[in-house]
Amino acid sequence: MLTCAEFEAFVLDYLEGSLPATQRAIFKMHLFVCKDCQRYLAAYVRSVAMGKAVFKDPSMAVPEDVPEDLVQAILAAKKAE
Amino acid sequence: MLAVARRLLGNDDDARECIQDAYLAAFTKAEMFEGRSAYRTWLHRIVVNTALGMLRKRKQRGTPSVDGLLPEFDGNGCRIEPMWQFEESLEKSMEREDVRNTVRTAIDALPDLYRAVLVMRDIEEFSAAEVAALLKTNIPVVKTRLHRARAALKKLLEAQWTRGEL
Repeated sequence: MLTCAEFEAFVLDYLEGSLPATQRAIFKMHLFVCKDCQRYLAAYVRSVAMGKAVFKDPSMAVPEDVPEDLVQAILAAKKAE
Repeated sequence: MLAVARRLLGNDDDARECIQDAYLAAFTKAEMFEGRSAYRTWLHRIVVNTALGMLRKRKQRGTPSVDGLLPEFDGNGCRIEPMWQFEESLEKSMEREDVRNTVRTAIDALPDLYRAVLVMRDIEEFSAAEVAALLKTNIPVVKTRLHRARAALKKLLEAQWTRGEL
């Protein structure tokens, strides 16, 4: 049986779906019985989701277009080479 | 593009400096620009590289450790930390400006290299291999940093929850 400290080492691979089947089963067994790790994992996932969501805010979004004058200037610089 | 630099560098002044340097680099590397269809990706990469260069210079001046923000365990390997419990849905929380500000502040508070990995993997959606190449390191190091960055972000947000501010 894993300890919470050992469980920690597998969290990323578990969430990415890259844990081998045996390790995944051991991980899930600990998760099933450990309330602290259940809450930890939920808070970890929530934190990642909040980080992603905050940058979906239109004021922080990456613009789809680079300024046209910049593109023109780069194209001009390329032609001048 | 300013938003990309802002996310990686954590403050507006450095982000503006980064954009100036990146656009200057774009002119000097104009011969590598392969056409209008790729300009956004191409400039995005230049901005990320410029920001990472600035982070490396900061690292040489000393980077704070993330150790105090990692999960804690007792002698038996059991967790000893406050357990954040959510009273509203993620969508509902993220509608609130104070919550969005708290999350941005927490991401900005992460040590540089950890924030950079978190932003590149979770926000910019680069692959682990791409991040490893950009940081001139290997995939296991990127994975370790990403996990620690996420765990640290959780702890920072949890601290706000404990104070009743989240």
